[in-house]
This record gives sequence, C-alpha cells and structure tokens, in this order.
Amino acid sequence: MITIRQHFKPLRLVLSLVAIVIALIWVFPVYWMLSSSLLPNVVLSSTTPRFFPWGGSFANYASVLSGGTFLRALTISLQVTLIAVFFAILFAFLAALAISRFKFRGRKSFVLAILFIQMLPAEGLFIAQYKMMSTTGLLNSVLGVSILYIAAVVPFTIWMLRGFVAGVPADLEESAQVDGCSSAGAFFRITLPLLAPGLVASGVYAFLQAWNEFTIALVILPAEQMRTLPLWLRTFIQASQAREIDWGQVMASSTLVAIPVIIFFLLVQGRLTSGLVAGAVKG
Amino acid sequence: MMTETTTNRPDTPQDSGLVDMVTQDILYPLEVQAPKRRRRNPRAPYILLLPAVIMLLIAIGYPLVWQIYTSMMRYGLAQQFGAPPEFVGLSNYLSIFTNPSTWGVVARSLIFCAVNAILTMIIGTAVAVLMNVVNKGVKLTLQISLLLAWAMPVVAAVTVWIWLFDWRRGVINHTLTAMGFNFTSFNWLGTSLGLYFVATLIVVWMSVPFVAFSIYAGLTQVSPEIMEAASLDGASASRKFTTIIVPMIRPVLMIVGLLQIIWDLRVFTQIRMLQDAQMPLNSDLLGTYIYRLGVGSGDFAMASALSIFVLLITIVISIAYVMRLVKEDS
Repeated sequence: MITIRQHFKPLRLVLSLVAIVIALIWVFPVYWMLSSSLLPNVVLSSTTPRFFPWGGSFANYASVLSGGTFLRALTISLQVTLIAVFFAILFAFLAALAISRFKFRGRKSFVLAILFIQMLPAEGLFIAQYKMMSTTGLLNSVLGVSILYIAAVVPFTIWMLRGFVAGVPADLEESAQVDGCSSAGAFFRITLPLLAPGLVASGVYAFLQAWNEFTIALVILPAEQMRTLPLWLRTFIQASQAREIDWGQVMASSTLVAIPVIIFFLLVQGRLTSGLVAGAVKG
Repeated sequence: MMTETTTNRPDTPQDSGLVDMVTQDILYPLEVQAPKRRRRNPRAPYILLLPAVIMLLIAIGYPLVWQIYTSMMRYGLAQQFGAPPEFVGLSNYLSIFTNPSTWGVVARSLIFCAVNAILTMIIGTAVAVLMNVVNKGVKLTLQISLLLAWAMPVVAAVTVWIWLFDWRRGVINHTLTAMGFNFTSFNWLGTSLGLYFVATLIVVWMSVPFVAFSIYAGLTQVSPEIMEAASLDGASASRKFTTIIVPMIRPVLMIVGLLQIIWDLRVFTQIRMLQDAQMPLNSDLLGTYIYRLGVGSGDFAMASALSIFVLLITIVISIAYVMRLVKEDS
C-alpha cells in the first residue's frame, strides 16, 4: 500500500477524492440531523430542501425541552443506566479478580461460557424474559430492566476487566505488603488506582450499551410513563409516513438523545490507553 | 490488556482509545491461561464469581430453560383461556421449516443477513485500504466522519434515515428527482423490499466504521519492507493485495466477518422502527416476528421455538469465533 505513494500523483488524487466523498456520505446523516433540528417546520415543509440551516434557531429544542416528556424519559434512562453500570462493573470486577488472580476448577469453562453468553442475542431471549418479568410483576419497573441490563453487559465487562486486572501484576501488591501495607491497604492504594483506566473504560462501555438499548426496553417497559430515551424517541416516528409530523422537532429530539453519546464516545477516545503499568514494573 | 496488545502494534493516535479497546478486545484477545498464585482460601474465587453468576442465572439461565421447555408446548386458543399447555415435542421446530409464512421469515432473515454482512465487509475493507493509502489530513477527515456515524445511537440513526427517505419531503427523493430520475413521492417504506433496502443502508452505514477500523488496525501490521520487496520483484498492486495483504489480515477478516453475520442475523431495532414509520405487509424478519408472536399474539410456544432456533444458529457460528479466540491464545 505504501508503494502507491511512489506511483504517479493522479492516482493518489483520485483516491483522496474517493475518500473525501465517502467521508461526506458517512457524515451526511449526522449533519442532516443537526441542520434540520435548527430549522422551523415552515422551511422543512417546503418542497425544496434547505441544505444549510440559514435562519435557524433553537426553537425546536426549546419546545421539545418544555414538553416535559423528555425530562421524564431522561430520568428513567438515568436510573436504569446508573444502576446497570454500577452493578455490572462491581460484579464484573469481582469475577475478573477471580479468573485472573486465582487458579481454580472450572475457570476455563467459566471463561468459555462468558464468551458464548456475550454472543447471545437479546432477540433470542426476550420472550422468556418478558414472560418472567410479567409473572413476577416486574414489567414496567426500573428494577426489572436493570436486572436484564446488568446480565447483558456483565459478560463482556468481565472479559474487558480481566485484561486490565491481569495487567496489574500481583507482585506489585505483594511488594507493597512487604513494605508494610496491609493486604486491604495494598489493594486500595496500589491495585485500584492502577485499575482506574480499566474501570473507566468498562464503565463507558456499559453506559453506552445501557443508554442506547432499545430491544429489551421495548419489551419490558410498554407503559408510556416508563419510557427510556430510545423508546421516547421512537414515539415520534410512529406512523410518520401516514401523518404530518414536525420533522424539526423530531430531529431536535434525536439530537438531544445522540449528542451526549457522541461527545462521550469521542471524549474517552485516546484517554483510555496509558502505559501506567509497564513503567511501574520495570523499576 | 493494553500492555500486551499494544506492544506488537504501531502507535496510531487517531484510533487509540475506545475504538482500539473494543476492536482489540475482540480481535486480539488475551491469554486464557491460568495465573500461578494459589495460596489463598480455595473458596475465594467462587465467592468472587457468585454475584455475576447469580445475575446470569436469573436473567439468562432461567429464561433459557423456560424457553426450551415452552418450545415443546402448544399454545392454542384453549390455552389462552387458561387450559394447561399441551406437550407436542419437537413439532414447533418442524413447523419452522414446513409452515410457509414462518419459513418465509427465516429465509428472508438469512438473505438479509448475507447481503448485509457481505456488503459491510466489502465496503469496510475498501475503506480500510483507502485509509492506508491517502495522506494524513484526508485520513483524519475520513476517520472522524466514520467515528461520528459509529457513535450515533441506533435509535437516533434510524430516526434520521426515516427523515432522509421520507416520501413527501425527504432529501433523498428530492436529490434523485433533481438528478433526472422521477422519485417524486416515491414511498420507500411502502413495500417490504423498499424497507429492507433502507434497513440495509442503515445497517451498512452503522457497521462499516467498526469493520474499517478493525481491518485498518490489521493493515498497519503489514510491514512496508515486505511490500517494498514485492514491488521490487515486480508484483502488481492487485497481486500484492491478494498474495500479501489478504493472507496477513485473514484472521481479522474472519473474526469481523463472523461478528457481522451474528449481528446482522439478529437485526431488530432498524426493522422494528422502520415498521413503526410505516408497516408494509410481510416485512418481518426473525426478531420482529418473534416479538409479534410472543408479545403480540401470546403464542409463546412458537416464539420460543424460533428464539431457540436463533440461539442455536448464533452458537454454531460463535463456536468458530470463540475457538478462534482460544486458539490464538495458545
């Protein structure tokens, strides 16, 4: 591939143009969402689309935010996500400690089971989960959804954290103990800080999974007042091809759901990799 | 994780972090070997595993067992009025293949999965190769654009795509008409084929970034010396691609391809939301069909049988994937 650079220039120019076109195609839906969210319905209803949001305003956002249903959905989403992330990370961390710090019977089977379970699709289990939640009276409850979310993210989180835990050598903790640290002190002062990047990374993963989840929420939370943000957004496009809807407001709603996720996703990029441990062991 | 995997890979600042983290964990897994220490309480590891295991047993284990049991029952009209379900053995599984409407759903799902996985892999590979060829500024532009698409929550993405394809004022119809094709008021979501077309665009749009970044990570490991040696020996660009690059990135292609198949078989949100916008006849794929059977009509037996069918296919494909992970460890 490198050798193409030594070739004549026109080919590279063409390839660069192709790359730019692909970049534009891929970014266009995101751009169109932002642009439409700023435009009033009068402009969006005209037969010719406006490609740049000249004369736009945040009026759509104001009316979505004052509607009240957004804040309700936000509250539900926050509850479900925070519960799921907290317990998933806690349980996964304990399990990751077990499989990377101990040798025990069934260890390998457990790792294999984890790998298989994380492949199982929600669509292959949600009927039974629906039945289980409706029998136990947990339909339309934050608790019910949270339980399913914890189980859905725990396998991959164990797999992820296992790598981080294995990356912190037990020797480090042991030398702290030799230097007079208690076993708990060594863990909290040495191991836990070194694991922080791993915990943050797994936490972000779990957060994004739970925050964006649609399928399980659709099945377990049918009641209107229990809608999470994805379900709330879905209500806007229901029957959108048969009736007139205010696309500006829908795009503003869509942006409100997407922007935090996009910013989060891009911010944690690159911050997570750190060679903390490598340096610590060498000395 | 980072320490082990980053040692054999050159530093690529643009796609470090979460991208790398996710792709690395899937593509470059760590050793499954047991560590050496074992002088503590022998019960300790089991106690540590307990919370996670209990969670998985409740939320996945029990539903799985219930589903296997229920899939061998019959839920007819009498059962909806309270009669106990009747044991029918494997006949529900048989009717997956004999009942024309059920088989139609299965066949459509398999075709949809194949088309989407193949398209995603082709475009993803092409984009990865492109990233490797163009200069830094163009590459960065392309990567940022792909990252934005990747970061979009699926629900927001489908919402935007429905607006793009809106039959009245969608920008797609307008642009196609302006280009000389008459697409005025063309209703994309009016037929199941049109719905699948839009769904395919959404799925490919959302999956290409992951595939492209993963394959790009693999491509950066192909050493320039080998490529140079091949050019000196007079190998053409296409020959170098098929004889050097493809074999070297084959493991990545394999794993990413398997994941695409698994993910595209269970596609639910895209289809369900497009159906929400407008429901053409016979547009169900496996996920939405199971949802309709179970939650909609209360036919838990058939819904369970189909769910188990989906799980079995997934596990069969996953065996290749998981074995690959384990094999690369040893």
